[in-house]
This record gives sequence, structure tokens and C-alpha cells, in this order.
Amino acid sequence: MTGTAAPLFAGTSLNARDRKVEWLVRALLGLMTALLILPVVIIMALLVVEGGPVISWEFLTSPPVDGMTAGGILPALVGTVWLVVVALIASVPVGVAAAVYLSEYAPDNWLTRAINLAIINLAGVPSIVHALFGVGAFVLFFRFGTSILAASLTLAVMTLPVVIVSTRESLQAVPRAFREACWNMGATRWQTIRRIVLPNALSGILTGIILEVSRTSGETAPIMFTGAAFFLPFLPQGVLDQTMAMSLHLFVITTQVPDAPEALPFGVALVLISMVLAMNALSIAFRMYVRGRKKW
Amino acid sequence: MAEPAAAPAPAAIATRGLNLWYGDFQALFDVNLHVKQGIITSLIGPSGCGKSTLLRSCNRINERLGYVRTTGSIEILGQDIYAPEVELVQVRKQVGMVFQRPNPLPLSIRDNVSFGHRLHARGRRVSRSRKEELVEDALRKVLLWDSVKDRLDTLATELSLEAQQKLCIARLLPVKPAVLLMDEPCSALDPKGTEAVEELIWELRGEFTILIVTHNMAQARRASEETVFMLIGKVIEHGLTEDIFLNPQHRQTADYIEGRYG
Ligand SMILES: Nc1ncnc2c1ncn2[C@@H]1O[C@H](COP(=O)(O)OP(=O)(O)O)[C@@H](O)[C@H]1O
Ligand SMILES: [Mg+2]
Repeated sequence: MTGTAAPLFAGTSLNARDRKVEWLVRALLGLMTALLILPVVIIMALLVVEGGPVISWEFLTSPPVDGMTAGGILPALVGTVWLVVVALIASVPVGVAAAVYLSEYAPDNWLTRAINLAIINLAGVPSIVHALFGVGAFVLFFRFGTSILAASLTLAVMTLPVVIVSTRESLQAVPRAFREACWNMGATRWQTIRRIVLPNALSGILTGIILEVSRTSGETAPIMFTGAAFFLPFLPQGVLDQTMAMSLHLFVITTQVPDAPEALPFGVALVLISMVLAMNALSIAFRMYVRGRKKW
Repeated sequence: MAEPAAAPAPAAIATRGLNLWYGDFQALFDVNLHVKQGIITSLIGPSGCGKSTLLRSCNRINERLGYVRTTGSIEILGQDIYAPEVELVQVRKQVGMVFQRPNPLPLSIRDNVSFGHRLHARGRRVSRSRKEELVEDALRKVLLWDSVKDRLDTLATELSLEAQQKLCIARLLPVKPAVLLMDEPCSALDPKGTEAVEELIWELRGEFTILIVTHNMAQARRASEETVFMLIGKVIEHGLTEDIFLNPQHRQTADYIEGRYG
């Protein structure tokens, strides 16, 4: 404490102690964050270093050969795209429609709340359970056999709850004042939804969907018994064909093909992760684009 | 919708024994209100006394909340709006509402104004020039045309609050409502904006029936012909504005006007 400074604002020992605690807490929280990021960085580095050399144009555009110990991953790559696209075609219309109903039409009563709760719980069901459901329902009961259709529908059922929840959240983020403004001019619910609510919720809905895509493309269990093939060096011709898929291929070459070169799984994993990251980046870019245009 | 000329004009808004509950909480108690056509009536009272609730009952926007229950009746232009054969959309067309916070839609200025008209002109071909005319008329009427005529395609949400509130009034006009409900339309505006919007409301007098909620005693006094005073969900007094302000019949009214509460 200097004699000349205003004693009113001089620090006390209590302040010094508070400052030390402040510093400690900050350091601790920072450390936790670093611990969180570290594994991600290590995984990515490892994949790039080990798997990078495997990747070439040829790797991406040719089928595996020699008992999957050499060659490329084309059928798996194309198969994953098929699976994801068909799953989206099935889940997005149903999920968005259900979310619109729950958010805009359903009365706020115990039944609606029960449905919402069920949906949230459904999102937590392990994917292997969905896989078994898929076998029972789509492969056997509907007689789709093990096919892209059965596998994609299984993926769709699995992702539906998440699509519904994220869509509903985007819809509810549209201010109530907009809806009231529309109702006040005599707009029906549907006119309000179509002209105001949906356009303003679009970025959120699409972001949710794209994030779902990236999750779906990495799933293994739900497609393993329903449509993904161990080894099938042809491109699928339609939804009733079986197909290879990236996630299952990775599982197979790491566990079932003992003489596969060590770098191969790293290469496959790198491609899979790049696909997912590219999709996430796309969703972020899209969201920023739409956010930039909308102002409220 | 034309009324027979011989009969006396029905009240713009007439409520009979109106009670309203939010869940278990009763917000309106036996409200009997008679708002005349063609004049400005202001609704005053302390915060939470049910002014907004009463207004929102008049175009049935409250019922979107699942837990609202009403008893009694509300007639608009002599028609019970809670009657089973009533089409909600038609009620909303007749009863326009301006909110406390300006709530322009996230569309262009032009689309905001033509929104209501587009909804109701569906199926009918409306020529482009007719549409332009509608937009211009509405914006002129709210004294906004000159300042926005060169930027009709910019987002309405980028306008000043005052202009937004005027726009919110303008977009009701093409729908041709019989009654305008305004819930503290100036409370989000600065004094200059308040003055401008007040002037506008005064301009609309005669052409529309206006029921305006205000916290501003001076505003009520300046801008309305009749005044209704509410307290804890009840209408305490209703009369000519000058009578209410100069010669209130109830002590609570006098207390409120003199600023002893709320
Ligand atoms: N949506 C609602 N749910 C429950 N209570 C409400 C709701 N809106 C208003 N209320 C209650 O009803 C009473 C009247 O509110 P309101 O009509 O907004 O008053 P005012 O507009 O006169 O300030 C208040 O006590 C308020 O807490
Ligand atoms: Mg209010």
C-alpha cells in the first residue's frame, strides 16, 4: 500500500487471496479443456501420419483385391453414400413432419409431453438394439432381405429421434412474436409455418440433418446384420442389393484379415473421418451463410 | 358484412361477464365492457391488471396457450366470437393487433405490408400495379411512405423501432380490420417515436375503432375519446376521457391517475 495512493482503492490481503484462487481456477479449467482436446489431436495426427501414404486416387477409385489386403475402397465408399442417402430420404420427411406437428400443432398436454420424453429416450437406445430391430422388422418381416433398403431403414429409425429433436428445437427458436404477427393477419397455422416458421428454422434443421449424416456414416452395428457385406467388390445397382460400407470395412480389415498391411486400416479410417469432417464443415459453413443473411 | 343502416350501430367490442383463468390463476373478473365504434378508447391500469389479457381475448389469440379458460361472452360488431360456427381466421381479419414490441416479419418492407393481403387474396389474380398501390396506400397512411419508398425491398427488421411499429400498423390496413387493438404500442419507442406514432394513431381515428392500452396518462388524455380504468382484473370505471381524468367516480381511479400506484 503506497502512502500517496487513494487508500479507498488500495488492495487488501483478501483481494490478493481472491486473485490467487481466480488464477488457480482458470488454470485448472484450461487444463481440463486441453485434456479434452488432446486425444482428438493425437488421433488425427496418428491417422494422417500412418494412413496418409496409403491414400491415392487409385485407392479411392478401385475395389479391394487379394483378400482385401491390397487395392482400394471404392465399393465401400460408394456403399456408404448409398446407405446414408437412402436413410436420409426415409428419415428426413418423417422426422421433420413429426417435429412440425409436435412443435406447432400438438396441444401442450400430458400425451405430448409423454411423446417428447419417449423420443428423447429413443435417441439413447444403443445402436445394436436398433440393429436387431432392423433384422426383425425390415430383413425378415418386410422381406427386404439383407439389402441397402433394410440397412438404410434401420439407420433411419435410429436417427429419427435426433432429427425430430433438433428440428423441434430449431422451430421453437423462431420467436413467438412472428407467429402471433401472422395469426393476427388471419394466417392459418399452416400458412404461418410455411411462410415464416420453416424458412426461419431452415438453417437449424439442415444443420441438424447434416450432423446426422456424419453420425450415420460411421455407424457399424445397425448395418452389419441388415445390409452391409463383408466383401463384395461390385458397386450396388439398386436398393435391394447388398453393399460394402466404410465402417464395416474398417472393422473387417482390422479384425478379420490378419495379413492386411498395417497402414491400410489407418488409410480407411482417415477417409471415413475426412468424409465426416467435410460434412460437418459444410454444415457449419451453411449455418454461417444463413445466419449472415437473417437478422433478428 | 354491411350492417343494416336502420339498426343502431352495435358496439365494436362488447363483453358480458367475461372471466378468464390462466390455469388456476384468474386474470379477468366479470368484465362488462362496451367499446364504441369509430372512436379511440384507451385502457389504463397498473401492470398486471389484465389489460393485455383482455385485448388478447378479443381476437382469441390467448387460446393458443392450452391452459387458458374463459367464461362469458365477447361480441365484436354484434357477433359472438366464441360461437361454434365462428371461423377464427375471419375474427383475426376483423380484429387487428399491434404489440408492445414491434414485431415485423423477417421479410422485406414490401412483403410485410402485402403479407396479409396475399393470404386473403389467394386464388384471385391481383395485378402487380394493384399490389404496389396497396403497399403505397398502407405506407402513406402510416406516414412511412416517404422515408421507405426507395428501399421497399430491404429487410423490415432493419428499420428503426419507430418505423417498425408504424409498419406493424401498416400491414394490418390491407386486411381492412374493423377494430385495431394496440397493446402499449409506444412503450418501446423514444419520445420522438412515441409522438410520431401517437400522431399516426390520431390520424386513423374515425376510420378504425381503436382500443389502445397505455401506461402513459398524458397519452391517454391527449389521444383518446373514452378511457377505461382496470384494476386487478376488473373494470373499475369507463367514461369520457375528460370525465375520467377530471372527475373520476372512484377513489381507486383518482389514486391511479394521480400516480399513487402503478
Ligand atoms: N401467459 C400467461 N400465463 C399465466 N399468467 C399470465 C399469462 N399472461 C399474463 N398472466 C398473468 O395475468 C395477469 C394479467 O397480465 P396482463 O394481462 O399481461 O397484465 P397487463 O397487460 O395489464 O400488465 C398478470 O398477473 C400476469 O402474471
Ligand atoms: Mg401488458
